[in-house]
Amino acid sequence: MADHKVSAVEKIEGVGKTAVGFVEAVGNGGILVAESVYWLMFGVRERQPVRIGAVVQQMMEIGINAIPIILMLTGTIGVMLAIQGIHTLRIFGAESRVTIGIAFSVVREFAPLITGILVAGRSGSALAARIGTMKINQEIDALKVMGINPTRFLVVPALVAMLIMVPALTLLGNFMGLFAAGLYVNADLGISLAAYAHDTIDILSLDDLGHGLGKSCIFAVLIAVIGVVNGAGVQGGAEGVGKATTRSVVQAISAIIVTDMLFAFVATR
Amino acid sequence: MRNPESIIEERKSRHRPQTGPNAVIEVEDLVTHYGERMILKGVSMNVLENEIMVIMGGSGSGKSTLLRHLMALEEKTSGTMRILGNDIDQIGRQEFLDVRKKLGVAFQSGALFSSMTVGENIMLPLYEHTDLDALTMEIMARMKLEVVELSGFENLMPSELSGGMIKRAAFARAIVMDPKVLFCDEPSAGLDPVVASALDDLILDMRDAMGMSIVVVTHELDSAFKIADRITILDRGEILMVGTVEEVLASKSERVHALLNRIPEEDTMDPDEYLNRLVGEDNPGTAHL
Ligand SMILES: Nc1ncnc2c1ncn2[C@@H]1O[C@H](COP(=O)(O)OP(=O)(O)OP(=O)(O)O)[C@@H](O)[C@H]1O
Ligand SMILES: [Mg+2]
Repeated sequence: MADHKVSAVEKIEGVGKTAVGFVEAVGNGGILVAESVYWLMFGVRERQPVRIGAVVQQMMEIGINAIPIILMLTGTIGVMLAIQGIHTLRIFGAESRVTIGIAFSVVREFAPLITGILVAGRSGSALAARIGTMKINQEIDALKVMGINPTRFLVVPALVAMLIMVPALTLLGNFMGLFAAGLYVNADLGISLAAYAHDTIDILSLDDLGHGLGKSCIFAVLIAVIGVVNGAGVQGGAEGVGKATTRSVVQAISAIIVTDMLFAFVATR
Repeated sequence: MRNPESIIEERKSRHRPQTGPNAVIEVEDLVTHYGERMILKGVSMNVLENEIMVIMGGSGSGKSTLLRHLMALEEKTSGTMRILGNDIDQIGRQEFLDVRKKLGVAFQSGALFSSMTVGENIMLPLYEHTDLDALTMEIMARMKLEVVELSGFENLMPSELSGGMIKRAAFARAIVMDPKVLFCDEPSAGLDPVVASALDDLILDMRDAMGMSIVVVTHELDSAFKIADRITILDRGEILMVGTVEEVLASKSERVHALLNRIPEEDTMDPDEYLNRLVGEDNPGTAHL
């Protein structure tokens, strides 16, 4: 009996701690973003400018190296959407209208989502691992003692690179997804690529493009902040780094999907 | 331990410049916690200009923790701290950064940036805080590497160095900005005696030629007696004594002697308590099993 009571109390305590931890993590994330904006704006004045070289290096790592896999995945998704769309619309005998579904789905939903998830898995985790390792090796402390602000030196370049590269990759994913879907539509329904492209451009407005790219900017911030907060919170040795890395991927993907849903909800009101 | 007379003789034979009258670091009643656990229990000490202060004490006595606080890397629970005349609770962020630029540190583990070459590691503070051109920075980095006998290794990655080489590279990085105060956590642990002794000479040189104040944490008695102007002895988070080498050697305190002669602490625990501790204090009921 007594044991049960204790465990129930402990459970509630555990929930409380998790909730406090969550609020704390969100708070830390907010502070991190605010600090990053500060260094971007006033770094030069404080004689601690954000280094372009570091941003470019991160952009290569996050963006350029991810291009092949982004092309492959968004292409596959495009074909998948075409197959599914044609299959569904055939029920109503309206398969020639498939372009509308593909265009909206790719540009507003799938390209941003797939790109976000992929970058979270590739680069968000790498960021968490890098910062976590630097923390346990006292490299962060070394930076501090040298008078180099770790946020300015490590976080801002990664954040800026994410903010540039995630939308850029999303844009690329848009083209690839639409193009691959077009190839399938062409093969299955015999609609020419030119007609498909014409239709697509007709259907899509800048608004739709902006919707997808806007989301991807939010995803970029989420990935970077979640990676850094997890990395900076590493306790213990290499095992701690591993845990933080995994956690950062799970959290970032969850955050992306929830944000995406909220965005879709608000945008369709 | 070697006999005290020979240590004192040897020290007299070396020229020792006068330490300045001003403290570069002053700590008063420093109390710190890790979580619930109190680590430093009211530590007061200072480090003077142009002085080598050695911090000694048993493993886990709080030496590294004290060092981290002296560099203002850790939040303290209470107490006051002044670095280079600035009360760290009072100064603004910009002043704090300026103070930081006058400190250098070689951590216990080296803490070289693993994504940069050795040369880049050493150049980083110059790159971030000076307007020197690339060539000058490279020359300065090479000069510092030469000082620690690592010439020609500037293009290697830290992962390609041995433990002792990492420590020396970290030392080179710590001194590249000619700091006012240099902190070294166990600089010679794990080094072979020849290199360790060379590092001791280097620390003495830094004091004499550059006028640095240097705080060194070390376990090595020979090294401590060779370089120290004063020694702070920590014992379980409290200061056991602060004094010159001569004063430490002449100390009547049993704990000081035990530490110097590496005698393990006498076990004065009563058998019941000992049993309790083994079993775990949470389940005293099972102690009779
Ligand atoms: N990051 C940390 N989290 C929690 N406790 C810590 C942490 N670092 C140190 N401690 C605790 O603080 C106490 C003092 O540790 P510290 O590293 O200062 O000892 P030390 O004198 O440097 O020992 P050593 O000679 O082994 O390096 C120890 O009891 C240790 O368990
Ligand atoms: Mg230590």
